[in-house]
Amino acid sequence: MKPPPFTYHRPNRLGEALALLAEHGDDAKVLAGGQSLVPLMALRMGRPAHVVDIGAIDGLDSIDVATSGDDAGAVTIGAMVRHEQAKRSPTIAEHAPLIAETMPYVAHRAIRSQGTVVGSIAHADPAAEMPAVVLATGATMIATSAADGEREIAATDFFQGYLDTALRSDEILTAVRFPAWPSNAAGVTVEEARRHGDYALVGLVVKIELDGDTVTDAALAFFGAASTAIRVGAAEAALVGSHATADAVDVTARIVAAELDPPADIHGSTAYRKHLAGVLTRRALTRALRVDDQADHPIGAPV
Amino acid sequence: MTDIEQPHSPMATTGSSVAGGTTPGPTDDASRLAAERAAGGSIIEVSFSVNGTHHAHTVEARRTLSDVIRHECGLTGTHIGCEHGVCGACTVLVDGAPSRSCLMFATQATGAEITTSEGLSGPDGTPHPIQQAMMDAHGFQCAFCAPGFLMSTLALLEDDPDPSEEAIREELSGNICRCTGYQSIVEGVQRAVDVRRTPTGASGSSALGTSARTSGSAS
Repeated sequence: MKPPPFTYHRPNRLGEALALLAEHGDDAKVLAGGQSLVPLMALRMGRPAHVVDIGAIDGLDSIDVATSGDDAGAVTIGAMVRHEQAKRSPTIAEHAPLIAETMPYVAHRAIRSQGTVVGSIAHADPAAEMPAVVLATGATMIATSAADGEREIAATDFFQGYLDTALRSDEILTAVRFPAWPSNAAGVTVEEARRHGDYALVGLVVKIELDGDTVTDAALAFFGAASTAIRVGAAEAALVGSHATADAVDVTARIVAAELDPPADIHGSTAYRKHLAGVLTRRALTRALRVDDQADHPIGAPV
Repeated sequence: MTDIEQPHSPMATTGSSVAGGTTPGPTDDASRLAAERAAGGSIIEVSFSVNGTHHAHTVEARRTLSDVIRHECGLTGTHIGCEHGVCGACTVLVDGAPSRSCLMFATQATGAEITTSEGLSGPDGTPHPIQQAMMDAHGFQCAFCAPGFLMSTLALLEDDPDPSEEAIREELSGNICRCTGYQSIVEGVQRAVDVRRTPTGASGSSALGTSARTSGSAS
C-alpha cells in the first residue's frame, strides 16, 4: 500500500514540465492534486517511472471569464484549480452554475482541498462527476505540449475509454473552457452513492434549454453508467421539442433505462444501475423542467 | 500495531535486501535511502511546519505526508487506516484546509503549515474544546478514527460555527468510524458548538477559533 519508487520532477515553469513529458513520454505521469494518482500508485495500479509535479508552476490556478469575443461568458479553469476553490468561487457560481451545482457531490472536503477540477477530467474516471459536466456543457479541453503548443479537444472527442482520453503522453491538460451558460438554460445534477461523497453508483448531469415550456436543447450526461461518462442521445432527441410535462419526463426516463447498459460491480448489478438511471432521470428532469412545484428549483433557470 | 509504530521496520523499506530471509532489512536511513536510489527512486528534501515546529527531512520522493508525519516527525497521533483516501483517519490541516495526508506525497506540502491532532491541545496538555466536548459526549469508543474526526471538525467549525446536524453529517461523511454508529460523534460536535455559544464555558467564546497551534517561532 505504499507507492513504488519513481524519479521526481518539480519544475517551476510549464516549459520545463512539457520538456520532461516530451523526453519521458509514456513513462511519466503528471501530478496535480494527486487525489487519483497517489492512491492508484499506492494500490500499484500505476507505476510511472517519472512523476512530473506541476504544483510549483505559477499561473495554473486561475478561474477566468472571457469578457468579449465569441467566447464571452465562457469560464476557463486552470490545471491547478482545486475542487474546493471552484466550489467557493463566486465566478463559478455566477458564470458556470452547473459546476457549482455539481461540486457538493465531488468527494469529501478533505479530498476537494487538494484534488483539481482539471485533474479529475484528465483522469477520466467513469464514475466521477466532472467528466459528465464536461459532456453536458460541451466544454473544450486545452492540451499543451512542447511539440504543438496548445491544442483544443472537443468534449465529444475527449473521453475514449476507461481512464483513457485523447490526451497524448507528451501533453498536459493545462485548462478546460466551459462555454457561457445560456440565459434560457436549466441545470441539475443528481447522484446516488453508497456514502455521500463516494464515487457514484450512477449519477446524471442535465442541461436543458427552454423556449417557454418547450425544450429546445437537452444534454443528459451520465456517470457510473458506462466505461466513460456518457450522453444518451436517444433520450435527448425525445426530449427536444417536448413540453415540460410529467409525460415527457416519464418517456425520457424509460428511454434512458432501456438505452444504458452499465457494467456490474460489487456495488450494483447492471439491472440495478439501469433502474437507478431511470429513477435519477425522473428526479433530475422533474426539477429541471419544474414539473413539480414542490421540487427544488434547478439552477440557472428562467423564472 | 506496534510493528507499524517502529520508525524503520522492514515493512517500510523497499525490500530489496530482505530477500535472503535471514538477513535483516535496512535499519538506518542511509541504507534505506541507498536501496531507494538503487530502485530508481528520487531522494528529496521536504520541509514544512507541523503544529508550529519547523521540520526538514531527507526522504524518498514517494513518501506520503502521513508517513513523514509519523516516521520522520515522530507524530503518531495521525493514524493511517486505509491508505487510499477512504477512511479519513489520516486527515490533517494543510494551510488550514483539511486534507488526506495519505493521498499527498510529502513534497506536495513543501512550505505548508500543517496541523495534526497533537496541535489541538494546549501547551500544558489541556484538551482543545472540541476534544473535551467529544470526551464529554463519549464520542468515540476505540478512537482510532478520532484524529481524523477531530481535524475535520476543527475545519468545519472554523467555516461554520453553528452547523446544522445535516451539515455536520455531510462534512464528516468523509470520516469512517466502525465503533459508534456516528450518533455520539455528531453529539460531540453539537456539544462543542454549545460550549462555544455559552460564555460560561471553560474556554470562552473564542475557544473554537484558530486555537490549534498552527504558528510558532520556528515556522
